Amino acid sequence: MNALLVVCGLGFVSLVAEIANLKKRLHVAIIIGLIVAVGLVVADWNSEFSYYNNMLVFDQFSLTFTALIIAVAIFWFCISSPYFVGQPHQTDRSALVVFTMVGGIMMVSFHNMAMLFLGIEILSISLYVLAGSNKDSFISNEAAFKYFIMGSFATGFLLMGIALVYGATGSFDIGKITNHIAANASAMPDFFYVGLFLMLVGMTFKISAVPFHFWAPDVYSGSPTVITAFMSTVVKIAAVVAFYKIFAQCFEPVQTSIVNAVQVIVVLTVLVANITAVYQNNVKRMLAYSSIAHVGYILLAFVSNGDNSEGTLFYYLLSYSTASLAAFGILSVLEGSGGSTSLEVFHGLFHRNPVASICMAIALLSLAGIPPFAGFFAKYMILGMALDAGYLNLTILAIITSLIGVYYYFRPIVVMFIGNPTTDRAPLSMAQKFVVGFLALVTLVAGIFPDALINLLG
Amino acid sequence: MIPIQYYLWLSAVLFSIGVLGVLYRRNAIIILMCIELMLNAVNLVMVAFSNFLNDPSGQVFVFFIMAVAAAEVAVGLAILIMTYRNTKTTDINILNRLKW
Repeated sequence: MNALLVVCGLGFVSLVAEIANLKKRLHVAIIIGLIVAVGLVVADWNSEFSYYNNMLVFDQFSLTFTALIIAVAIFWFCISSPYFVGQPHQTDRSALVVFTMVGGIMMVSFHNMAMLFLGIEILSISLYVLAGSNKDSFISNEAAFKYFIMGSFATGFLLMGIALVYGATGSFDIGKITNHIAANASAMPDFFYVGLFLMLVGMTFKISAVPFHFWAPDVYSGSPTVITAFMSTVVKIAAVVAFYKIFAQCFEPVQTSIVNAVQVIVVLTVLVANITAVYQNNVKRMLAYSSIAHVGYILLAFVSNGDNSEGTLFYYLLSYSTASLAAFGILSVLEGSGGSTSLEVFHGLFHRNPVASICMAIALLSLAGIPPFAGFFAKYMILGMALDAGYLNLTILAIITSLIGVYYYFRPIVVMFIGNPTTDRAPLSMAQKFVVGFLALVTLVAGIFPDALINLLG
Repeated sequence: MIPIQYYLWLSAVLFSIGVLGVLYRRNAIIILMCIELMLNAVNLVMVAFSNFLNDPSGQVFVFFIMAVAAAEVAVGLAILIMTYRNTKTTDINILNRLKW
């Protein structure tokens, strides 16, 4: 909770900085403030606090993911300084990003449907604006508009679901809903299942799993690249954790009926996303499809729901978001002022900028799931859990689709090392080099010591 | 006293009109209105259940929805105006630069 208050405070500081003329120091101040917030989360480690009549509960589960969200955001702020420093509306942009994180933290720590709804909306409304923050660019406008329409449409479904579940259980509190369902499992009215289904549709939109993924590639490729990096890491963590919290914890007594629906979503997601990604020439769009595919693998962890599923979820999200952040960060630098994110910008990158190309290669290999990087062990553990739970067909399908994934992740790697350098050398600032290198190191180290991270939530 | 089913059917109809409007209308402003219709259908369900269950929390939730819907429309209209400045139309068929 202290961390949430600090992050909220940073948002207000950003807004005031415009009036108080403190713009120059703002970016550094936000990074320091977020480091303090991580410190406050670690100080609360292994304890449980509830606030506002149990509306927000910070237990070990929420604290771990809060720490992950803030830590990823710190690295994001370090990489994305060209998006803020010296740009018009700098203070508004940083305030919006910080408020997005407030929404994300509420989504991992809610204990009441009202807080879930408010968290999702705080996160989404800020993101609609950020997606369109490149005001003169037509594709940025289009991305913002599509995101807005699809996001509020999904919110409508989610709210209808919450209303019907409220009618059937008589409460918005997660604990009371679970107890009520467990006590009357056989006597739930039909509209409860309608509500459950509508909530599933709404949340599937938010985590962008097939068949409700169609907005994601457009929005990801139209938004400014640094914002895409933020969406595919911080926002994705928050959405996936909220999905897990609702359907694996709150609706646990009726989980068998949800699991059947989610299995279909898993099959469609890993197939459609991986096959469509093969046909992309735009690396940004390819990474967007890759992030959809990763949601499919994460949902496989939800389906099999073993003893260690929370720890595996954390480990997968950690490995995915470090690799994804490094890849998008390098892409945003290469894109430069030209705005092109096609495969050509990677030609001969190794000769122009060896550090960037090696980090990019590590990030892509980790996303593809090649040992010894963290992405491999994350996938390995999820597939192991699925096998233990007896989902042989799903496991085989997941392995085949990851092999398809290897093909499209290797295309940028190949042109980086054997292509002829076409444009001038890609300049990474010292801070960006350091952060990208550090993220690559995390990917490697997390691959060597997976147990320590998984046991955080053991 | 009117039975709860009547309210549920009414809001189901309103919700469906909203969904179909979002899917089939091509004018951005009408789409915004249809999204509002969906949210108001939810408000009706909340209030009906709140009265039926004698539990005030459903009515409090309605205030949350109304406040958030207002914020959402403010942002949505701002995005619409920004798009209109570049395209001079509110027809969403123009938004087709991003595909495949």
